[in-house]
Amino acid sequence: MKKTAKKAERRQIFRKRVMLTFSQKLVGQPVMYRLIKEYDVAVNILFAKVLPNETGKLVVEFSASDEKRLNKGINFLKSLGVRIEPISKEIVRDEENCIDCGACTSVCRSGALSIDRKSFELVFDQEKCVLCEMCIHACPMKVINISF
Amino acid sequence: MAFERSIEEINEKIRCGNVVVATAEEILSMAESDGYENTFRKVDVVTTGTFGPMCSTGAFLNFGHSDPPIKMQKVWLNDVPAYTGIAAVDAYIGATELSESRGFEYGGAHVIEDLIADKPVRLRATSYGTDCYPLREIETYINRQMLNQAYIFNPRNAYQNYTVAINTSDRTIYTYMGILYPKMANATYCSAGQLSPLLNDPFYETIGIGTRIFLGGAQGYVAWEGTQHSPSVARNEKGIPIGGAGTLAVIGDIKKMNRRYMRAAVFERYGVSMYVGLGVPIPVINEKIFRNVLVRDEDIQVPVLDYSVGRRKRPALGIVNYKQLRSGSVVIQGREVKTAPISSYKMAREIATELKKWILKGEFFLSNYVQPLPKNQNVKPLEIRDLEDLEVEYEKNR
Repeated sequence: MKKTAKKAERRQIFRKRVMLTFSQKLVGQPVMYRLIKEYDVAVNILFAKVLPNETGKLVVEFSASDEKRLNKGINFLKSLGVRIEPISKEIVRDEENCIDCGACTSVCRSGALSIDRKSFELVFDQEKCVLCEMCIHACPMKVINISF
Repeated sequence: MAFERSIEEINEKIRCGNVVVATAEEILSMAESDGYENTFRKVDVVTTGTFGPMCSTGAFLNFGHSDPPIKMQKVWLNDVPAYTGIAAVDAYIGATELSESRGFEYGGAHVIEDLIADKPVRLRATSYGTDCYPLREIETYINRQMLNQAYIFNPRNAYQNYTVAINTSDRTIYTYMGILYPKMANATYCSAGQLSPLLNDPFYETIGIGTRIFLGGAQGYVAWEGTQHSPSVARNEKGIPIGGAGTLAVIGDIKKMNRRYMRAAVFERYGVSMYVGLGVPIPVINEKIFRNVLVRDEDIQVPVLDYSVGRRKRPALGIVNYKQLRSGSVVIQGREVKTAPISSYKMAREIATELKKWILKGEFFLSNYVQPLPKNQNVKPLEIRDLEDLEVEYEKNR
């Protein structure tokens, strides 16, 4: 019961996962602050690499009460010159060939990959994944890939 | 007189179909629920298992003679060099050898896995030609069926305990223990712990040369002490070595193996290795052996070593146990560090369970060892010495 209610609540909020690329010039500006304050878009930063005088990268999940509001916010970012790419890619595991060793969990900072304490099976929580792709490198069986 | 049972008695029970077998994990809950004495009297055999990367793995192959025959001097299997400095068509392919065309992507371990998976493997060999072996070059395809003999001979497997790897430096390092983030952001470990063969028989009282084992999904044998077998490392009050100690050299038939339990691995910027599935049955011949198989993850301590120090002796940053490691984090030098395994506990459990099934079905009989493993020796380092030093050292140790 509780789960269904939660799901319904989620549906009402419009969410979008995107990757943002900032030019060197934009890195010094409070872009996210303006997006939140002026456009009322909630921003959940999943992955960030922002350093002075370097191209910045953010993986974020936007959420707003309706699609229009969200698109207005996205247009604002576009007007500043932020490159926006939808995240349609995801990490996929060839379960047939996975040996559940756990080497990938070692490098997974978001906690998306973990070993179940009872079954000792590898568990992947897509929701938590920030697409850092470190698991692809860490997998000794080479059974983790990215799909577009 | 204290209760005892012989391996012959156990094998008779296997033949009659009334043998009682438990895995090294199941025995723990049994002893808790049924009591120590009852469990000891009830259980005849405890099965162990491990499934981790074991670089010291390889296979002897005999290809058969071509017409005209060739005395192979250099040989490649799917572009991976194999050693053929033995008889004309015998070769040894090592798991960590790299492909000459694909580098880190493909190595000897992949050749072995492909053979076990019944895939065709391209064989190429060259020679200087002799009167009795005139052919100088050959290129053909083989699979495991076409070979006369194909057997795994692994000089060092089943390490009794190991180490925990951590990185205190400022850069990410790439090791055989996986990718280690800078500043102690993660730590990796590699042992089946309470399921591991040699940790359930810490003084090698039942495991020795000739012991029949589960190897790669088939029946294999302990052939010798493993290389770097080092039983004299420090032990805790339960007799468990703190760090890598005993090892096994094992032998088994590739033709009977199952790919599920022999898997090629690539460790980024390190190289190729092979996950080997290995399980050993421990006959509960007396109470001392029974006490040993009750070992738990919390009884097994392991040193945390700094892998950013590229020296023979890496600094130890502390000692933790496998129960702590499996919880997902440990405290090292006052800091909480995320932990992750490199070997598969799930597969170790499956191997111990599979071995148990074989025994229950009467397909697998236990063996007495023909010779025990050494119980008192250390690993020697390799020093860079000149001939004079060597002679002085030799005289001193004679």
